[in-house]
Amino acid sequence: MRETFVASATELLADPRTTIVLADISAAAFAPAARRYPDRVLNVGIREQLMVGLAGGLALTGQRPIVHSYAPFLVERAYEQIKLDLDHQGVGAVLVSVGASYDRAAAGRTHLSPADVSLIDTLNSWTVHVPGHPDEVPGLLRDVVCGQDSAYLRLSTQQNSRPYGGDGALRVLRDAGPGAALLVAVGPVLDAALAAVADLPVTVAYTHRPRPFDTAGLRELAGTEVILVEPYLAGTSARVVSEALADRPHRLLSLGVGRSDLRRYGTAEDHTRWHGLDADGLRRSVDGFLGTASARG
Amino acid sequence: MTTTTATAPPVPGPVAAPLERLRAGREFGSNVYSTVDVLWVLYDRILRITPQTVDDPDRDRFLLSKGHAVAGYYAVLAAKGFVPADWLDDQGGPDSRLGDHPDRLLVPGVEIGSGSLGHGLGLGVGTALGLRAQGRTDPRVYVLLGDAELDEGSNHEAIAYAGATGLANLTAIVLDNRSASHGWPGGVASRFTVNGWTAATVDGRDHEALHAALTGHEKHRPHVVVAVVENGE
Repeated sequence: MRETFVASATELLADPRTTIVLADISAAAFAPAARRYPDRVLNVGIREQLMVGLAGGLALTGQRPIVHSYAPFLVERAYEQIKLDLDHQGVGAVLVSVGASYDRAAAGRTHLSPADVSLIDTLNSWTVHVPGHPDEVPGLLRDVVCGQDSAYLRLSTQQNSRPYGGDGALRVLRDAGPGAALLVAVGPVLDAALAAVADLPVTVAYTHRPRPFDTAGLRELAGTEVILVEPYLAGTSARVVSEALADRPHRLLSLGVGRSDLRRYGTAEDHTRWHGLDADGLRRSVDGFLGTASARG
Repeated sequence: MTTTTATAPPVPGPVAAPLERLRAGREFGSNVYSTVDVLWVLYDRILRITPQTVDDPDRDRFLLSKGHAVAGYYAVLAAKGFVPADWLDDQGGPDSRLGDHPDRLLVPGVEIGSGSLGHGLGLGVGTALGLRAQGRTDPRVYVLLGDAELDEGSNHEAIAYAGATGLANLTAIVLDNRSASHGWPGGVASRFTVNGWTAATVDGRDHEALHAALTGHEKHRPHVVVAVVENGE
């Protein structure tokens, strides 16, 4: 997804408002663009507070900043700059992260960012895209860069076997009929979710846009049981789903990355398994929630 | 010209009445009085901005980073006609647009909302780069900080980067009232000059010296004016 992002962002430099702000991460990949547009591809060095503050200043003059780094450095280290230098100034930017929850698992806790979407969710009116495939990235990036408001694109090395387009409205990929439990998968966890419930009466819907969450689509599809599967902190979207279904009796199972620092390295696939987000782990959780354990034989 | 009241240090004449109206019998901290001279010189003699040009893309930008130095700022903005005088009443009240820190969405002429220290210089660097990307070579960006505010590491990210990239349309002004808890051995200006900025250190009450320093920038480097004032915060 990072390569797709670099290519798409470089194309968007054709608009003189577009300005890319980097803090060394991916600077080499953007070097050709920087040579062509030296005033609009800016690498500040390893200075994330400046990276976001500078983006706020750019936006104050009418430029459209794309700000890019590893997720923990972009969102967690510079959170107050996001809150004050963008939101409080009444200006927007497009933040694009790589690394996700545990793409570089062997790098350890410093490079893991399962809480990024939760942190962005403390802010007002942000659009959050979590693409599930590299081919989803160009369209999403173009749409948010062409807008005025703030958006967060969370790129990952984790991906589904195929892209799903659309504007972020819930897209039904498996319809188990009226009254069936609804599983909503966000971004790259879709394939594992589909495999987990392949033989269960569960409707599966996909979105790459957890914010704004498609609450109208949710209300249309949801029966009594709702299962959320997100590739970042478990429960990140539980608040939104609960509010959307507040007038109906329902049960919600929120799956995602756990809060504890596992202090383990390994691969992203290992972490997916340890957090119960692989097909087997998801199946165990869904069985427990729906009481379908015996159905496994 | 300066005007003296019984309880406060002298302030530039046109600022006295709006400042007294804003004060409304309260006690101001000494930081209010230590900042008002440089604010007045900026708005009276340096900044190319008027109440009619607050949205002109070619205006000069003034960013108050030390947002707590707000009383003199509001008084100067009122004296220059950016805000109506009656906005000065009940400052900080439930219906007031003038908080204890400024909000750019509430006050005409205010370029940034500030209050948390260490945000203005990064925003100023970005503003200067935005103007440069748009080919606007005329407007200049001025950011006012405090010497204690320089404790925040974010400033040093901005100082190093602006110096390294020769951001020539940026002027930082550091109001140095010796309030940093651990001081700046060797002087505030040295933190900038070591990164390639030009610097002038002057008496923060001396309007002529401030004017000379604020117009003393070069064409290829950012510039800092250290305005030294005693007895302030």
